[in-house]
Amino acid sequence: MSSKHVTSFKGITGWIDQRLPIFTLMQNEYGSFPTPRNFNYLWNFGAISLFMLLLMIGSGVVLAMHYTADTHLSFNSVERLMRDVNYGWLLRYMHMNGASMFFLAVYIHLFRGMYYGSYKEPRELLWILGVLILFLMIATAFMGYVLPWGQMSFWAATVITNLMSAIPLVGDPIVTWLWGGFSVDNPTLTRFYALHYLLPFVIFGVVFLHIAALHVCGSNNPLGIEPKSEKDTLPFHPYYTMKDTFGLCVFLMLYAVFIFWMPNALGHPDNSIPANPMMTPPHIVPEWYFLPFYAILRSFTIDIGIPFTHIVLISSKLGGVILMVTSIAVGFVLPWLDTSPVRSARFRPLYRIFFWVFVADSILLGYLGSQPPEGIYVIISQIAMAYYFAHFFLVIPLLSKYEKPLPVPKSIHEAIGSGA
Amino acid sequence: MSHSSNPSLAKPGQEPDPDRRDFIFIAAGAMGAVGTAVTLWPFIASLGPAADTLALSTTEVDLGKVEPGQAITVMWRGKPVFIRNRTPEDIQAAQAIDKDAGQFNGLRDPETDETRVKQSAFGDKKMPNWLIMVGVCTHLGCIPMGQKATDMKGDFNGWFCPCHGSNYDTAGRIRKGPAPKNLAIPAYTFLTETQIRIG
Repeated sequence: MSSKHVTSFKGITGWIDQRLPIFTLMQNEYGSFPTPRNFNYLWNFGAISLFMLLLMIGSGVVLAMHYTADTHLSFNSVERLMRDVNYGWLLRYMHMNGASMFFLAVYIHLFRGMYYGSYKEPRELLWILGVLILFLMIATAFMGYVLPWGQMSFWAATVITNLMSAIPLVGDPIVTWLWGGFSVDNPTLTRFYALHYLLPFVIFGVVFLHIAALHVCGSNNPLGIEPKSEKDTLPFHPYYTMKDTFGLCVFLMLYAVFIFWMPNALGHPDNSIPANPMMTPPHIVPEWYFLPFYAILRSFTIDIGIPFTHIVLISSKLGGVILMVTSIAVGFVLPWLDTSPVRSARFRPLYRIFFWVFVADSILLGYLGSQPPEGIYVIISQIAMAYYFAHFFLVIPLLSKYEKPLPVPKSIHEAIGSGA
Repeated sequence: MSHSSNPSLAKPGQEPDPDRRDFIFIAAGAMGAVGTAVTLWPFIASLGPAADTLALSTTEVDLGKVEPGQAITVMWRGKPVFIRNRTPEDIQAAQAIDKDAGQFNGLRDPETDETRVKQSAFGDKKMPNWLIMVGVCTHLGCIPMGQKATDMKGDFNGWFCPCHGSNYDTAGRIRKGPAPKNLAIPAYTFLTETQIRIG
């Protein structure tokens, strides 16, 4: 940064800004920051996600003041929070349902990026940071779910940590190390608590990089073409501060419906039973935002081995784990799988159709993840899982090669007929 | 700041020795890496089972009151251990598979009934009626049913995991369903004819 920075602010603000130009930074990045003028409401979900992250950290810090991480005390400390602590029920329901709303916002944000090709050059790293945030969110949400130490908490922790035992040779020692013992027990709970408190701040750090990267190349927009002149952009404030605030208010209304009218609709009743290591609930299901991945995990049902021997190279358990991780990690390579020069699905008639098929497939996988893995559900899961991967490794590369995109407009202001 | 080599290292009229500089750099770097790894180890090791957790890793059980056909469940290392006093019919059913199906064609994880209960002996006396296993499904860690008289025992009259439908036979061997392995056999010894120590 140049040492010749002269602040344009006056008074105390100016005195500070001259020495530490934070006000200039805010002015440049959130005030006059040139932003494409044609955002639709789908562009609200980045800001909404950030708001949800901050809300989760805020409510989480207060909850932590009332929570005790101990297998004998955790369940009761949560019950006390619900019954005795002032507004404890509200804070907990905000946090519980907040996790769902955070994932909802992030999933919309993610699908928006896929529809409008926001992951394409020059925004690959921005997108990769987003996939990293998703991984961190999944880990954080999973560990948070364990903390109330109900039946689902305990058995979710058991089933998911047991997945690691699928790793050949070192699987079992790794699981013992993760647990800090020979089963999910107090050492597991205390470390999950520590990490559940830590990871949101790591997420915040990566979100900061995500936004910093965004402010280097600027936002994509529904047309998927870069702004070329001032006619194509608006200053971020007041135009998008206002639009984001409006979108956030609508979103918060939905959130409030859950908090106040159906706070447990997205939860599972078995988690109101204290954890019992000697009894498994008859049907273990994760939270809704993990269901598609859970369906993919369970869809791999065969052992791949050397025929006519008992040597198994990839057990069905390991295969499931590999598929599940790949189903998210595929995001890291998406910018290179899709080589079509056109970003927005508006000008990609075939991609647009396949995008919606993919969305439907993801929702179908979510439904299958909630069903018992028996009979017809297994077969449908396998087909849906196969299509999920085919979308990334077959459909997208082939479309990049053979699809004829529609003509792309010359500029944003011409396309939307304004901005003169 | 100049990046040229430090002239103080070279004697007058002599070029600085680049090999010497490289050696110092690599040696310092290697030492730093070792130091970092050594410092990191306590952090990693602290997450493993602690001394008190390990101290709990044996448990003693009195089997005197378990009649043939009955089963009890005890806790060992935070996991249930299934102890069943098998009836002669149970043992016969398990051994029948060993004998007829050639090379255990029907079994996913081939083991004879004898190997499953080889630790069930006191002195020279073999007690194949005592089947002692970790009661954790080898699929994803659920607790199978079959310990209580009224429980579903599955297609092979042993244990049945309600999570994903794994069926185990009267020797605790996986016979049907997604689990890859037989129910695990913990290390145990008979201290007397009716008392065991697990672990």
